[in-house]
Amino acid sequence: MLSDLEVALYVFMLATFLGLEVIRRVSPLLHTPLMSLTNAISAIAVVGAILITGAAHASTLSRVLGFIAVTCSTINVVSGYLITDRMLKMFKTRRSSEAEGRK
Amino acid sequence: MSDYTVGALYILAAGLFVLSLKWMNSPKSARRAVLAGELGMLLAVVGTLLRHEVVDFKLIFAAFLIGSAVGVPLAYLMPMTAVPQRTALSHAFGALAAALVGTAEYYRETPDPHGVVIVALVLETLLGFLTFTGSLMAFGKLQEILPARPIVYRNQNVINLSLLAVAAGLGVWLIVQPQQTWIFPIFAGLSLLFGVLLIIPIGGADMPTVIALLNAYAGLSASAMGFALGNKLLIIAGALDGSSGLILSIIMCRAMNRSFTNVLFGAFGHVQKKAAEVEHRPVRSASPEEAAAILDVARSVIIVPGYGLAVAQAQHKLRELSDELTRRGVDVKFGIHPVAGRMPGHMNVLLAEAEIPYERLFEMDAINGDFAQADVALVIGANDVTNPAARTDESSPIYGMPILNVDQARTVMVIKRSMNPGFAGIDNPLYYMDKTLMLFGDAKVFITELVKELAEAAKAA
Repeated sequence: MLSDLEVALYVFMLATFLGLEVIRRVSPLLHTPLMSLTNAISAIAVVGAILITGAAHASTLSRVLGFIAVTCSTINVVSGYLITDRMLKMFKTRRSSEAEGRK
Repeated sequence: MSDYTVGALYILAAGLFVLSLKWMNSPKSARRAVLAGELGMLLAVVGTLLRHEVVDFKLIFAAFLIGSAVGVPLAYLMPMTAVPQRTALSHAFGALAAALVGTAEYYRETPDPHGVVIVALVLETLLGFLTFTGSLMAFGKLQEILPARPIVYRNQNVINLSLLAVAAGLGVWLIVQPQQTWIFPIFAGLSLLFGVLLIIPIGGADMPTVIALLNAYAGLSASAMGFALGNKLLIIAGALDGSSGLILSIIMCRAMNRSFTNVLFGAFGHVQKKAAEVEHRPVRSASPEEAAAILDVARSVIIVPGYGLAVAQAQHKLRELSDELTRRGVDVKFGIHPVAGRMPGHMNVLLAEAEIPYERLFEMDAINGDFAQADVALVIGANDVTNPAARTDESSPIYGMPILNVDQARTVMVIKRSMNPGFAGIDNPLYYMDKTLMLFGDAKVFITELVKELAEAAKAA
């Protein structure tokens, strides 16, 4: 059997390779939205922050730090996804921008 | 039972994150990418709230509310020209969150964290704290609260590296003897300080690389948190973010023909040329009327935008110019250098905001062959990325950097405020060529004049 650490390292390695392959295919046109999207995804740290904040018998220190961490991550999740979508809405083809102009 | 549900939700979330990045490969599927990302995050949060360890929800929901109250206006009110600052700021938030969770975990696990956990916690807090202050410095430079030029002092690299060495040494000590809690605050403080010192010597023009690199660090620190908590979802999401930041920083470095080390520690190489050394050679300048007359008879025009376009907020006026030219049958294209602007892809977003269709935006390699056939290359607020010295002058600091071949166009027009040799202080031979016309003035004002002249010419005809 693999130890937990081994499994975690395999997961990390495979996810990194997968990430490199997938992201290499992203059009340079979209590099700015890509960065704000990955930024929102990395706010997954919110999971750790929730576990710290909501735990039974958490110390005051844990609660304070956890509270700040949940707040920061939420800001990133919310603003990251919203601004990515706002940017992507602006990318138009010639046809779609002309169609809108006629309206 | 509940554990299986949580596990399933986490696996779904990880899959959705991968799909989300995959769908970013084309503007057509990109909005679906955001949806997948949002859904993934929702599943991850719901899954976490369902876990039986989480018993107290008051603070969590209060934080959700505050975070959303700050996040929504941050997303909707931010002008597109300020996206680099926003990105730097959110790297800072993300890194701070990771660092604080790491700190809380450390004190919770002490005095007996098991081996892997303390290693992961040390990495998480080191990366988290240094990315936090580093990103704040990048934010300050982009927002122009701090001077954008490199801040340098004697023995900078020696001081920075020894600081990092001391921080790393304390980190190792913590790993060996986690019960020595007095080390932790010093370790955290040094990491914070190192983040500041790492970024202040880096100039504004290198910001695209720096932002991408900070993006990678923020991702890696989330991944390290996954190792500490034994949570695969965190490891995967962090690794995806880390690889994205890595790829973007490699692309940025290549586009400047520089190495990571050079960007991070190269401030000394960038010695500013003194004004006296710059030759005062004659240049040809032109008025809006003269420039409009040339554009009027052109058949193909390639526009090369740079950071100056963002500073002047001239993207909407540029769209009017492009429309005016297109209307009279001119073939208008946009050539975009990978490091134009202050973050990867910044120019594309600005031009998309002005509703310029994205089929007209071309990457450097796709457009460089077209300059030789172009009647006019119109450079707006871009400097180093058009500098032919990068091809020919081995003594130039930007020698070897791939550039847009604007000098091959029949006529080159450069909209620029003055002959001031820009931020990097590198003189641009392009400006002294016989076929180059310098259009002095604010980009927005000048383009407005051009559009007016062209419209009048059309009426007169």
